Amino acid sequence: MAMAVQTGRQEGGGTAVYLAVAAGAFRRYATYRAATLAGTVTNTVFGFILAYTFLALWQARPGLGGYDTAQAVTYIWISQALLVTVAVWGGGFQDDVQERLRTGDIAVDLHRPVDFQGWWLAADLGRAAFHLLARGTLPTLAGALAFDLRLPASPLVWAVFLVSVALAVTVSFGLRFLVVLTGFWLHDSDGVRAVVLVVAMFLSGMLLPIGLFPGWLGSLAAALPWAAVIQTPVDILVQHRTGAAVATGLAGQLAWAAVLFAAGRLALALAVRKVVVQGG
Amino acid sequence: MAELHLAQRPGPGTVRAGWARACWARICWAVVAWWLMAGMWTRSSMSYRTSFVLMLLANLATTSLDFLVVVLMFRHTATLGGWTLPELGFLYGTSAFALGTANLFVGSVDALGNRIRTGTLDTMLVRPAPALAQVCAERFSLRRLGRPLQAAAVLGWSLTALPVHWTADRILLVPVLLVCGSVIFASIFVAGAALQFWWGDAGELQHSLTYGGATLLQYPPTVFAKELVAGTVFGVPLAFVNWLPALHILGRPDPLGLPAAFQYASPAAAALCVLAAALAWRAGLRAYQGAGS
Repeated sequence: MAMAVQTGRQEGGGTAVYLAVAAGAFRRYATYRAATLAGTVTNTVFGFILAYTFLALWQARPGLGGYDTAQAVTYIWISQALLVTVAVWGGGFQDDVQERLRTGDIAVDLHRPVDFQGWWLAADLGRAAFHLLARGTLPTLAGALAFDLRLPASPLVWAVFLVSVALAVTVSFGLRFLVVLTGFWLHDSDGVRAVVLVVAMFLSGMLLPIGLFPGWLGSLAAALPWAAVIQTPVDILVQHRTGAAVATGLAGQLAWAAVLFAAGRLALALAVRKVVVQGG
Repeated sequence: MAELHLAQRPGPGTVRAGWARACWARICWAVVAWWLMAGMWTRSSMSYRTSFVLMLLANLATTSLDFLVVVLMFRHTATLGGWTLPELGFLYGTSAFALGTANLFVGSVDALGNRIRTGTLDTMLVRPAPALAQVCAERFSLRRLGRPLQAAAVLGWSLTALPVHWTADRILLVPVLLVCGSVIFASIFVAGAALQFWWGDAGELQHSLTYGGATLLQYPPTVFAKELVAGTVFGVPLAFVNWLPALHILGRPDPLGLPAAFQYASPAAAALCVLAAALAWRAGLRAYQGAGS
């Protein structure tokens, strides 16, 4: 009964709570200026290195995979700009929950009159917004100054791209949520995280567009949720995906976001049954 | 802090001996200290044998993926920047081996900023062992062997696949570049960590030189802008890790047209890097002020 009352009250102020959580996360990440600058420089350096390798590949094979040379170089810069935003390497809320699981603070989170999953999703979206601004803009600007990039002229493409990035963060959240929940059973999700990192880097198209993978590997990568994390938003921005393909891309992202969110909810319900909190 | 080390250094004779002997004794003691602490961490991690094996395998798989990307690129082209797949295998193997070895021995040093923030560095400074050896050996893990092992496998494959005319100097250059390359990367790790004495939050900055540098060196210099390549010869001497000696071993023309002596100069570059890293570390340690808590 008490639960129902709380949930009822929450319905009214719900959105405001999540917005406050997201804003808090944004501000929290904005505090570490030196770290942000250092990270941005690293993204930019990697952008330069990888852009040159892509230039060499596309000089040898113009039009490879349906990308012209400018699109291929743009692909590299935008994927570097998104790397931290969509947390391909893991991190963001994952670090927090992992630590709270270790220390037992997770018990506090589970007692909050706010949905556990929604709370951390809001926090992660807030973090992603900061990272997109801080760690996305500078490398893209550097890339645009040094290389011939194919950035969209139409504001509509930019708007659709932003929607796609938000969906990508949600898909990535769903994946990281499942990984961190394995900690309820394994006590330490570091091992799983290390394996998922490998898979994510490769299958997201971060290192090479999925279209360039051979045969079955390409089909497999395109069918898995990691493609929705990097490949889809970047393809929308470089306009490799246009017209109806944009809609199917967004629909695919939305479907993965929903499926993973539901799977996370189910896993959480199972996990909570297992929690034994040591008092004191 | 320096007086403390001096007073507690073992062997009463060293204090009165000449500067060079004292220096040598200091280095030996640092190596012994590193060895003892690394051994301790190894014994502790070996008590979870299954976890160790799994993490080593995961490490091998992770590191293999970036070479898989190169292989996939070569499904679409015969050459990249004019270089063949075995030649890229040589660059990849040497660069990843050097970085992996450096990471194995001194990689933990990049957690220095964290150590300063949490105050655990102060604990190390009062122990009777060189701080640098302690920071490098902290959390030493043989799991990091995954990278040099996988790199050695790729290098081994490339050596059999390369149509190189093996002369004595070319054969000798391979082990020389592996050792010097590891030393250069190790110096970058230490110098980058020393920067964290002043700029603690910026630990990620050095990743652009270590991991970024290793990625750069996996591709032929012909792929990159000449200014960038020149920067790795005369700025941060990454080119001496493998690019310059590889030009000689593989019989490739130098895109910068430098004198041939540069292709043999890796030992000199490595020595300069060690000197620079040592100076940076000393300056950083001197500038450090603990919170005293």
